[in-house]
Amino acid sequence: MVDFDPYFFVEVLVGGLLSGVMYALVAIGFVLIYKTSGVLNFAQGPLLLFAALTYVSLVERGIAAPVALVIVFATMALVGVAIERSVLRPLANRAPITLFMATLGLAYVVEGVAQLMWGAQVHGLDIGVSDTPFNVYGVFVSKFDLFAAAVASAMVAALIAFFQYTRVGLSFRAAASDSYAAGAIGLRLPLILATAWIAAGFTAVVAGLLWGARLGVQFSLSLVVLKALPVLVLGGFDSILGAIVGGLIVGASEKLAEVYFGPFFGGGIEIWFAYVVALIFLLVRPAGLFGRVLVERV
Amino acid sequence: MRRLGQTPAWFPVALVVAAAYLLAPVLGTDYLFEAILLPFLALSLAAVGLNLLTGYTGQVSLGSAAFLAIGAYAAFNLNLRVAGLPLPVTILSAGAVAALIGVAFGLPSLRLKGFYLAVSTLAAQFFVQWALTKFPWFSNDSNSGVIDAPELRVAGFGFTTPLGRYYFTLTVVMLLTAFAWRLVSVKAGRDFMAVRDHETAAKIIGVPVLRAKLVAFATSSFIIGVAGVLWAFAYLRTVEPDGFNLDRSFQILFIVIVGGLSTIRGSFLGAALIVVLPLLLSRLSAALFGGGIDSGSLDMIQRIFLGVLIIGFLIAEPDGLAALLQRVAGGLAGRARRLTSPSAR
Repeated sequence: MVDFDPYFFVEVLVGGLLSGVMYALVAIGFVLIYKTSGVLNFAQGPLLLFAALTYVSLVERGIAAPVALVIVFATMALVGVAIERSVLRPLANRAPITLFMATLGLAYVVEGVAQLMWGAQVHGLDIGVSDTPFNVYGVFVSKFDLFAAAVASAMVAALIAFFQYTRVGLSFRAAASDSYAAGAIGLRLPLILATAWIAAGFTAVVAGLLWGARLGVQFSLSLVVLKALPVLVLGGFDSILGAIVGGLIVGASEKLAEVYFGPFFGGGIEIWFAYVVALIFLLVRPAGLFGRVLVERV
Repeated sequence: MRRLGQTPAWFPVALVVAAAYLLAPVLGTDYLFEAILLPFLALSLAAVGLNLLTGYTGQVSLGSAAFLAIGAYAAFNLNLRVAGLPLPVTILSAGAVAALIGVAFGLPSLRLKGFYLAVSTLAAQFFVQWALTKFPWFSNDSNSGVIDAPELRVAGFGFTTPLGRYYFTLTVVMLLTAFAWRLVSVKAGRDFMAVRDHETAAKIIGVPVLRAKLVAFATSSFIIGVAGVLWAFAYLRTVEPDGFNLDRSFQILFIVIVGGLSTIRGSFLGAALIVVLPLLLSRLSAALFGGGIDSGSLDMIQRIFLGVLIIGFLIAEPDGLAALLQRVAGGLAGRARRLTSPSAR
């Protein structure tokens, strides 16, 4: 191995942590749905693709960016409500794994609709932040990564404020902790579920635009789910904090492993390394780092 | 108690099997074998394998395509590197390799449940696909991991024509399906179902939960591995690691859902639908729009259709095509009885 260069190490570490933030952005969308409806929503990736593709296509058709953004948010809200109505409600009270399989089907539908509507070609997306590295005390950091991290923090702050300080957020938490009790005291569960799907749609817009700016808006955008899943199992499916910590751990360990161990395996180990890290954590804590441990009764 | 005059349960199955053997040379065309029956049989077998794990034991796996790949590449290497190994031995050994690796990737199931387990099975999917592409040894140094399957030859007899390959595949599929059928009705299979229905309760009444899970992973991976050999050797004959991607894993899972969880015949019904559906859709669009739809859009329409089908089945008929068929057959039989013997009422 080459000489160990601490600057290079820190650079890889920081790059990894920041790309972990990008994973966390996707993972948060999963957590919002899982907390309220107990579903692992596999369609979150396709939703991200749908949001980014809609935005890019609108802008390419000459609509001003802020207007396009508003339209995309509105569309995602509608899509969220439609999904809750047509898929989740008919499947209420069914086994969680059935719901999961339904979201697999949903993923196919959303992917198909998105590309049928807007075409399957690759679109460039420029959100006005360049991906150029700049020097911080001898360590190169990407400006884009910092911007993404700032957006992610703002989004998490907004979500936490929403859950802690608003009435809807409070009923949201009530439904998450015990949906029967929440229904019994008269909370409107369908409304809360719809809100959760709208919120997940909004995070899909944010994550979709950031990931789209990085990778180009194309089909592979819907595969970022696969990057978010190990983050989720590591952090625990029902914890926003877990999603962030999990994202950071996965991002950092993945980049470090690729740089320091990758050459021994011929590279490309990023594809599965995150899963191995997540598995090792899971063997010690089967519900993830921050996930709720279920007590089983017979 | 079975009533007099009612046909025994195995009778329709025997009828279908007899038809599959006897009618094929009369009615079958090369197109029918190559484009429909061979993929149908291989995917049916893979779905039977996944059904043992997901349907009967309740452990969702998203990595079935990895085990198809392991079977295919193991058989390729055994055939290449062990001189004079008879084909049946090659196939069984390839299945055994898949079973061993299946147990290794099944170990997390001893600790993890539900979604956590489903996600961890993706590790198998990505790791296997990566390894097969990355290490040229697996494909005998061929370009990007592509392998050409050898001829199917047992004891000097070659199964080279489409009809020959069909008979070969059909026989292997029948044997392994019979094995799976038997398995779910003996103690091992009952243990699977106990684990699925309530793991903690099963443990308390003395079901060996850990062993049942590992046996399920082993048998399921074995069957899927053999299906992989058939997929590579009898159906496509030239395969690459990319052909065993996540979409293939989902396809097999969809077959199990559409056909019906924990029914063996459901796996066959589901596979039939999933194989025939894209062909029907493309025929239909050609007839309706006369080729006005480009293949990219058609792909997307197929995706949407498949997704809607999955959601529709989960909502309206969670027990799948098998239950649907049973209800239709039951209704017809009841009507027939009433018509033939009105006094019985």
